[in-house]
Amino acid sequence: MHSELSLIEQVKSGKLWDIPGGIHPPERKSLSNSTKIDIIPLSPFYYVPIKQHIGNEGKLLVKVGEQVLTGQPLTDAIEGLSLPVHAPTSGVIKDITPHVSAHPSGKPEITIVIESDHKDTVFTTKPIKNWQTSEAASLTKHIQSMGVAGLGGAAFPTYVKTNPTKDIKLLIINGVECEPYITADDVLMRYFANEITQGINILQHMVQPELVVIAIEDNKPEAIEAIKLAVKDQDTIEVRVIPTKYPSGGEKQLIEIVTGQEVPSKSIPADIGIVMQNIGTCFAIKEAVIDGKALIHRVVTVTGESISRPQNLWVKLGTPISDLLTHCGLVAEQDQRLIMGGPMMGFNIMDTMMPVVKSTNCILAPSEYNLPSFGVEQACIRCSLCSDACPVNLLPQQMLWYSKAKDHEKLEEYNLADCIECGVCSYVCPSQIPLVQYYRSSKVEIKQEKEDKIKSDKAKERFETRQLRLERDKQARLLKHKESADKRKKALEKDGNAKDKIAAALARAKAKKASTGETAPISADAQTTNTQDKVAAAIARAKAKKQAQADSETTATVSSESQDSEVGSAEAVEAKSAEQIKKDKIAATVARAKAKKLKQAAENKEQGESN
Amino acid sequence: MYVLLFALGALIALTVVFGAILGFASVKFKVKADPLVEQIDNLLPQTQCGQCGYPGCKPYAEAIANGDDINKCPPGGESTIKQLADLMGVDAKPLDSAHGQEDVKKVAFIREDECIGCTKCIQACPVDAIMGASKVMHTVIIDECTGCDLCVEPCPVDCIDMVPLTDTNWKWDALAISVKNIN
Repeated sequence: MHSELSLIEQVKSGKLWDIPGGIHPPERKSLSNSTKIDIIPLSPFYYVPIKQHIGNEGKLLVKVGEQVLTGQPLTDAIEGLSLPVHAPTSGVIKDITPHVSAHPSGKPEITIVIESDHKDTVFTTKPIKNWQTSEAASLTKHIQSMGVAGLGGAAFPTYVKTNPTKDIKLLIINGVECEPYITADDVLMRYFANEITQGINILQHMVQPELVVIAIEDNKPEAIEAIKLAVKDQDTIEVRVIPTKYPSGGEKQLIEIVTGQEVPSKSIPADIGIVMQNIGTCFAIKEAVIDGKALIHRVVTVTGESISRPQNLWVKLGTPISDLLTHCGLVAEQDQRLIMGGPMMGFNIMDTMMPVVKSTNCILAPSEYNLPSFGVEQACIRCSLCSDACPVNLLPQQMLWYSKAKDHEKLEEYNLADCIECGVCSYVCPSQIPLVQYYRSSKVEIKQEKEDKIKSDKAKERFETRQLRLERDKQARLLKHKESADKRKKALEKDGNAKDKIAAALARAKAKKASTGETAPISADAQTTNTQDKVAAAIARAKAKKQAQADSETTATVSSESQDSEVGSAEAVEAKSAEQIKKDKIAATVARAKAKKLKQAAENKEQGESN
Repeated sequence: MYVLLFALGALIALTVVFGAILGFASVKFKVKADPLVEQIDNLLPQTQCGQCGYPGCKPYAEAIANGDDINKCPPGGESTIKQLADLMGVDAKPLDSAHGQEDVKKVAFIREDECIGCTKCIQACPVDAIMGASKVMHTVIIDECTGCDLCVEPCPVDCIDMVPLTDTNWKWDALAISVKNIN
């Protein structure tokens, strides 16, 4: 308890700590942060992936051809970690189909395609005006239904963080934005400081922290000024200006800078009484609660040397990137690279039809001169620059070694899971080794391996249980046989005459055999005639029966026809066709089975011949 | 002479005592299963497909422990062979093609309107992953299916397909995306 108290006191004192490693890349933020946030005109089509967050996608609520309004929910959150998505504009649902996803793989994901009617008619949802007196649980539910996710980059569902299971002492608002080129949070703080403050107040009401710290890097003086002005009357909110360094904006890094405490490996900030939210998320919470607006737009930085009008835009989620590039005037050079996210952690856009999603903060079109492509990978020279620069104190050079050797056990021993994929190691590497890509692929391999292990353990258990069951059934059968044999034996012993009876029966059988053997030719003839007669009789009987059935059926139909002839005949036809279908099906099945048998026979023959 | 007898007596006494302790320990602390077989079995993919020529993964594990080749498991592929080689202290060798090729992961899929409900596939399934009863439609529980292929052959109407499983985890290609140096 004492240490927790001193934590708040220490934070209040304004002391800042430092993180290990880190780099100072050129910022290039002035390209895009000099203008107000513009609004991009409506696009003809919007592509809304049903999953834009960490967790499960929601259940579809709409069908193709349906009319939707701006902000109308398209999916419904299901059990577990789940968020809905909403229509970014009014229009008609053109299609629900796999579309290129906002993911490095571009792997198609189920996407709702909306054709805009250019009216942007708003779907009415209820805001919670009296949030000051509302319960945290109902606010949490509202924030989930509005689809609010962390807008800092990971798109983690916000409602989970606003509903912490542990006691929260400190709420940190992340306005660091440490990655080069990106200025989305910067301009949001400059022009919407009051709205952000309202969002923070809602969070304070829900999470009940003792103190709120808004952390902003010192390269954003205008944003710092605006936020300071907005919170000047609130003594539970403090603005903390931190030195510029990449990656100070990482969740665990910023906690270390502000509090001097490290979040332990494999735990979350809530475990040490801290919750962090992004500036953009605070704005989205304000819109969701006070304005009743679902998360359907966000600020996106469109920047880079190949963009003629670099700027920040309010972009509706689902807008294809090609529309952003056209709006901002992309002048593509040869082999123009397009990056979603920043230059450190972003990924190459393989298709400009890729939509803007909740986690998209930047579209970057750099020139080859300012942001050269990676050169050819050279051998590691063990210079240790990467481990000096690593903000989480890992040993990147060792992990590269084990990642190449696919030694997953060793990788876990070297705490690969703690790698935040910030890209600092790749940035400083003189051999141009794309270190972070190796770790990313190893992380996936380890995940896959674990899943496979769970599956194979399950299969093993099922196989062994089945073997046990089969063995048990076999034993039970044997026991049953034995029991009935014993019974027979006992019955024999009980009945004294039984032996004689058996002997007599055997003798009779023998005698009969002997006699038939003598008269074999004659009796065989007699038997055949006998059976022929029997068969004939049976056929006659069957025919008679069929006739009788047919007669009764016709009378039945006639009687029903007399009541309602049309319906009756229709039913008869239906029954007949159903029967016909069934017959056809059976015939087809039999044909298939026969074909298979023939094929097998032919194969066997062939094999025999070849042998 | 006396000294010699004394020494002899002492040694015999020690032999008897330690013999008794060892004998007791061998009975009391007896390990029932062969730990090596258990270890090998844990490395095998547990598809129970029988492509190795043994009726399941455990029998093959026993065979390996008794000196059989380690390269007869196509579902496990190169990575399993490598792990087995490490465990057994032998050289890894390429997969024996007589037992099949390493393939993408698949699961069985029953075309349900063609199923006649003969239960033959249910009897063939080593992990009880097929649901159904006599004369009613059968279906495969996708999460339990190991993709062993054993149900395909017995089906009299050929209504079982082996469908490749789509990976949910996308594998990053180490060189596809480059984090660029900013000069």
